[in-house]
Amino acid sequence: MSEQNILEVQGLKMYFDVSPPFVTRLLNRMPKQVLKAVDGLSFSIERGKTFSLVGESGCGKSTVARAVAGLYTPTGGDIIIDGQNLATAKDRSKITDISRQMQMIFQSPYASLDPRWRVRDIIAEPIRAFKLAANKEDEWRQVEQLLVQVGLSASDGEKYPHEFSGGQRQRISIARALSSKPEFLICDEPTSALDVSVQAQILNLMTALQDELGLTYLFISHDLAVIDHMSDWIGVMYLGRVCEITPKSELFSNPRHPYTRLLLEAIPDLKGRSHRKPLKGEVPNPITPPSGCTFHPRCPYANERCKQEQPVLGEYGPSQVACHAVEEFRI
Amino acid sequence: MKDVSISKWWAGVSDHDVTYSFLHSPVTIVATVATILMFAAAFGASFLTIYTPFDPGSLELREAFMPPAWEQGGNSEHLLGTDGQGRDILAAIMYGTQVSLVVGILSVLLSVSIGIPLGIIAGYYGGWVDTAIMRFADIQLTIPPILIALMIDGITRTTLSSEVHEIVAIPVLIISIGVASWPQYARITRSGAMVERRKDYIAAAKLIQTPTAAIMVRHVLPNVIGPTLIVATIGVAVAIIIEATLSFLGVGIPSTTPSLGTLIRIGNSFLFSGEWWITFFPAFTLVILVLSVNLIGDWLRDTFNPKLR
Amino acid sequence: MAVIDISNISIEFPTRRGVLTAVENLSLSIEAGEILGVVGESGAGKSLTGNAIVGLLEPPGHVTAGTILLNGRDITHLPESEMRKIRGAKIGVIFQDPLTSLDPLYTIGRQLTQTILTHKKMSHAEAKARAIELLNEVGIPAPEQRFDAFPHEFSGGMRQRVVIALALCCDPCLIIADEPTTALDVSVQAQIIDLLKNLSREKGVATMLVTHDMGVIAEAADRVAVIYSGRLAEIGDVRSVIDAPKHPYTRGLMDSIPQIGQNLKTLPNIIGAMPRLDARPEGCAFNPRCAKSKSICRQQTAPLIETGSDGQWAACWAYEGGNKYV
Repeated sequence: MSEQNILEVQGLKMYFDVSPPFVTRLLNRMPKQVLKAVDGLSFSIERGKTFSLVGESGCGKSTVARAVAGLYTPTGGDIIIDGQNLATAKDRSKITDISRQMQMIFQSPYASLDPRWRVRDIIAEPIRAFKLAANKEDEWRQVEQLLVQVGLSASDGEKYPHEFSGGQRQRISIARALSSKPEFLICDEPTSALDVSVQAQILNLMTALQDELGLTYLFISHDLAVIDHMSDWIGVMYLGRVCEITPKSELFSNPRHPYTRLLLEAIPDLKGRSHRKPLKGEVPNPITPPSGCTFHPRCPYANERCKQEQPVLGEYGPSQVACHAVEEFRI
Repeated sequence: MKDVSISKWWAGVSDHDVTYSFLHSPVTIVATVATILMFAAAFGASFLTIYTPFDPGSLELREAFMPPAWEQGGNSEHLLGTDGQGRDILAAIMYGTQVSLVVGILSVLLSVSIGIPLGIIAGYYGGWVDTAIMRFADIQLTIPPILIALMIDGITRTTLSSEVHEIVAIPVLIISIGVASWPQYARITRSGAMVERRKDYIAAAKLIQTPTAAIMVRHVLPNVIGPTLIVATIGVAVAIIIEATLSFLGVGIPSTTPSLGTLIRIGNSFLFSGEWWITFFPAFTLVILVLSVNLIGDWLRDTFNPKLR
Repeated sequence: MAVIDISNISIEFPTRRGVLTAVENLSLSIEAGEILGVVGESGAGKSLTGNAIVGLLEPPGHVTAGTILLNGRDITHLPESEMRKIRGAKIGVIFQDPLTSLDPLYTIGRQLTQTILTHKKMSHAEAKARAIELLNEVGIPAPEQRFDAFPHEFSGGMRQRVVIALALCCDPCLIIADEPTTALDVSVQAQIIDLLKNLSREKGVATMLVTHDMGVIAEAADRVAVIYSGRLAEIGDVRSVIDAPKHPYTRGLMDSIPQIGQNLKTLPNIIGAMPRLDARPEGCAFNPRCAKSKSICRQQTAPLIETGSDGQWAACWAYEGGNKYV
């Protein structure tokens, strides 16, 4: 593992058993059903940078975030954080150490804060869990500092979450995430539940904090414009697999994978310059994904090989792309 | 200084939606006043009445079968009359209500303290743990609480001598009613826990390696306990009814320390000989008590469950 | 004559702490074949306006002032029974989540024919033929085979198409689409927008497209109304409003939308947040967040003032002196 990478994910697999109950299955002679939410995903994140995963709903990007956070036990593959393999770590103190350095910001500002807790207790929970305060006063001092740091006032700690707007709650979530002094933040659609004008405030806060504290972000979003604003590197996901990993500049100027291209074309254009071409069809059911390259039924460049053989990531300049058409120089 | 904080607190309370809803529900106000009065009369019985109806030494057979004060032959010393052994009905009702309330409240506390933890565990873990707990609850729900109480009562009656049985009668009754009605609390708590466990604040707590037991106590419990406690209020009324039924059948509270149910049973045999008051007043008290508690429970449910509004 | 003409309506919610004015003095109209985008933050009152038109305001909310004219007929305070007829026959409604508009227990064919038969006098066979025609129109492949399918057998985008077909059942003159694409993926979103556009062009339906997504507005709408804190902040031709917003709120909103290739270190943003309905400041609701607020802004609500010759109006004192809307 290279020194500069804070996170390396290798061949991550996350399968879920979505079979109906045993008796139903027996009566209808149904086989077990497995949802391959993430199927062999590899990427790494450089310290201090932002790596983003983008894709449509059901592509598995949130599952990756939760697996990296340790909320799911991966079916296969390795998650290596700071040289420690989270997937195989058994030692309690090691796990505690890893989890202190890694925090998460969730999508819904309403569900991610316990409604029965005061804001100061919500923010102090990680401080208490990792014993980062010498005493109560030290703890309050840290909490007040965090509140001010995210743009709230120190006295807001006495209030309950319902007294805040969506944007303010997301600030509270960020303060809580920062309270264990992490190096690495997983941000799962942190602004998609917010109004645009508030979204800009939160994104600005996140970039400012990254500069100030040298944070590394794993950023999940479905919004390509937000991704473009936040990221250094971008991974495009489709049905549990990554189809392209590329530096930000390349993605928008030189998209290689047909799915990436079509996704870029499907974004509504505020300036009304070009007429966008809607992408054909919809994301297939991930329980029964298409054969070969899972994108082939919607792909204008698909041929026989695409229907049968699954493409693997290959290197093209700074990017990695998994596409037969790119490999064969057909596009 | 203190006055300021009290008036501030009162301003907060009086401005609260719950206070508003309470003050705009005359039925609830009447029910609350009635409940408070009955509680006061029941637990203050030894101060409020000179009679000790269940002290065998105080029987006054000369004053037996006195009708209520306003009837012919009535006496203002025994406002609601006396029974066949000269005991004052009003005093008997006060002491009887005390027994009924103790049994009602303690048995609900017991079922809540079984039901809530099991419900949280079932809802939070899901899977086979959930299946095991809830199937057990389902099986128990198919047996009526009265039947369970009868069974437990039968066992204690045959295994214990009658003196011992009289002493343990009330605890036995509390346990049998309590054990019989935990499944409904477990069900409500479970459905709440199933919703909460999917929320991200639980994930956030897991993320910092909070032990599962701590997550259940600190996060899940405070968020699911409300609806359960509201149902528990109505549960008190139900428990009082079950106790009264059992006592009426003669398997509940022994006649030496009668509850409302026992009093109704005792009076029942005089109903057709014209001494209606012996059974009527305890029965009337029971109806008012159960109705009031139920009305308060209904109001709590409507106020704290926005979905019904 | 405009298909729908709302003038100066206010929607109020009486609470015990006083009356909340959720929508105040709002006017807008939509011509046949036109798509009017209604944009605003959550809680701005955009959905309420749509609900008021179709008489679906949740009590205790009600329209306290102004009129709503549908093809010249005043429908502001129609009784529910009358309103129900209009809702089926004249106005089609499309909501964000297609699942709330479809009954999971009936096949989509049955739901369509039922709706047609309630409002039109025709035989069952004719209704079925019409339903299949509609499914075809909204782009459902092989409508004859899909006719007997249940809602859960459709994907999200296809379900939204079925809802649109349902809204089209009785040839409405007005469609109210409340966040019709919010629950859908980008790629599918574009398909639904195209469908809505074609329908309004070809059938001459007036469409009110309520959304928080400026991108959707830019793609689909002819004109756009920007609502802030229950009041109309700006209305005008979609290109003028997006390219040259006149109201400071619209300007701030447009600036804060991240755009691909912008390469900004920090996004411009409006400080603070939209006030709650019970804490709306005196005067212009936007004044505490506005960099150019003057003393009059803190005292008086600005009327809609014409800011140019192209029918763009903004409720901002900065344009004082221009034509005022009455």
